[in-house]
Amino acid sequence: MAKNGVFSRLRRFEKSEEMDDFSECLDSDEVHVLAVDDSLVDRKVIERLLKITSCKVTAVDSGRRALQFLGLDEEEASVGFDSLKVDLIITDYCMPGMTGYELLKKIKGSSTFREIPVVIMSSENVLTRIDRCLEEGAEDFIVKPVKLSDVKRLKSYMFGEGPIQRQDNKRKLQEEPSDISLTPSPSSSSSSPSSDHTMSPSQSSPSVSSPCSPRSFLSAPCSPISLDSPSRRFKTSNHD
Amino acid sequence: MEIVGQLQKQYVEFSTSLYREGFLDEQFIQLQKLQDESNPDFVVEVVSIFFEDSEKLINDLATAIQQQVVDFKQVDAHVHQFKGSSSSIGANRVKNMCIALRSFCDEKNLDGCLRCLQQVKHEYFLVKNKLETLFRGISHLKENIDSFFSFLIHHFFRRKK
Repeated sequence: MAKNGVFSRLRRFEKSEEMDDFSECLDSDEVHVLAVDDSLVDRKVIERLLKITSCKVTAVDSGRRALQFLGLDEEEASVGFDSLKVDLIITDYCMPGMTGYELLKKIKGSSTFREIPVVIMSSENVLTRIDRCLEEGAEDFIVKPVKLSDVKRLKSYMFGEGPIQRQDNKRKLQEEPSDISLTPSPSSSSSSPSSDHTMSPSQSSPSVSSPCSPRSFLSAPCSPISLDSPSRRFKTSNHD
Repeated sequence: MEIVGQLQKQYVEFSTSLYREGFLDEQFIQLQKLQDESNPDFVVEVVSIFFEDSEKLINDLATAIQQQVVDFKQVDAHVHQFKGSSSSIGANRVKNMCIALRSFCDEKNLDGCLRCLQQVKHEYFLVKNKLETLFRGISHLKENIDSFFSFLIHHFFRRKK
């Protein structure tokens, strides 16, 4: 990510004359997330979840708009109006027009943007869907409704503080392989009895038990890591 | 302070009942975590968006289901949205009723859909009423003692049901 960070800073300085808000382009510390969801309620929630974890957020209502924002709309090479470098894309799966999966494919198919981690959100806890997304290069898959702990965990393993932090996480993951989340999850006794939620204690994504450190995870080409964990966790889910 | 104590008790009893009776679930508690001094009206704002969104969805559903030839895929698409938004704010009973409605759509059971849609609407208006009462309760408490109020809310919403 350091390599990308330097590149983006250079690019931003070049473009700084065109930008009104000069102070924004110098702030490369904040993680900038592009959130894509057709639901207004969900956009409001995800935006707040991200802001409260100190991320900069751009929320759009469709895959099309996401591509426009990235400058990937018409042609690959178009630089376009992507004022701030995007560090993470989090998208809903089920959307009219372009699905989150199609958006994922477009991003991973772009030489400019395929390095950007993409996280898929979905209310449907379907193993084949999850596998398909991971195989296509999604970094993670979050089952809706999205909680604060989901976003914190995501941010912490993707944009973790420092080597010590990552070491701790790594050790913790190795010690407790059956743990689903890095942060202690709230008591599961209050989870809803709805048949939609087949997982417990949390509905976190499968790849969290990966032993890879966050940085190497990002720069390496995305491959479905620890597929045995999704199977283990999702084995009881075979409904749509 | 007597009045605050009484209001607090009523409010806590009312809120607890909402969780106990399944109107609200853990996700509603999650929303509270997103509210703070910088965003003091977050929950009310999201819920208001939910109300507007839901009323539109209910109209769309009514229209879709009254067509001469019902397009169940279209009905299902609307229900899916409704299920999603109700789940996102913790409106548990609405969500569950949407799940039931989706089953009827899958079966292309028009009669079942019609009856279930009525149930969905019923649950929606129930929870809407409850939430509005909840928020009124909050304003009322707030009117009385402001700082005492923030302690109470913080204390209550951190408790599990």
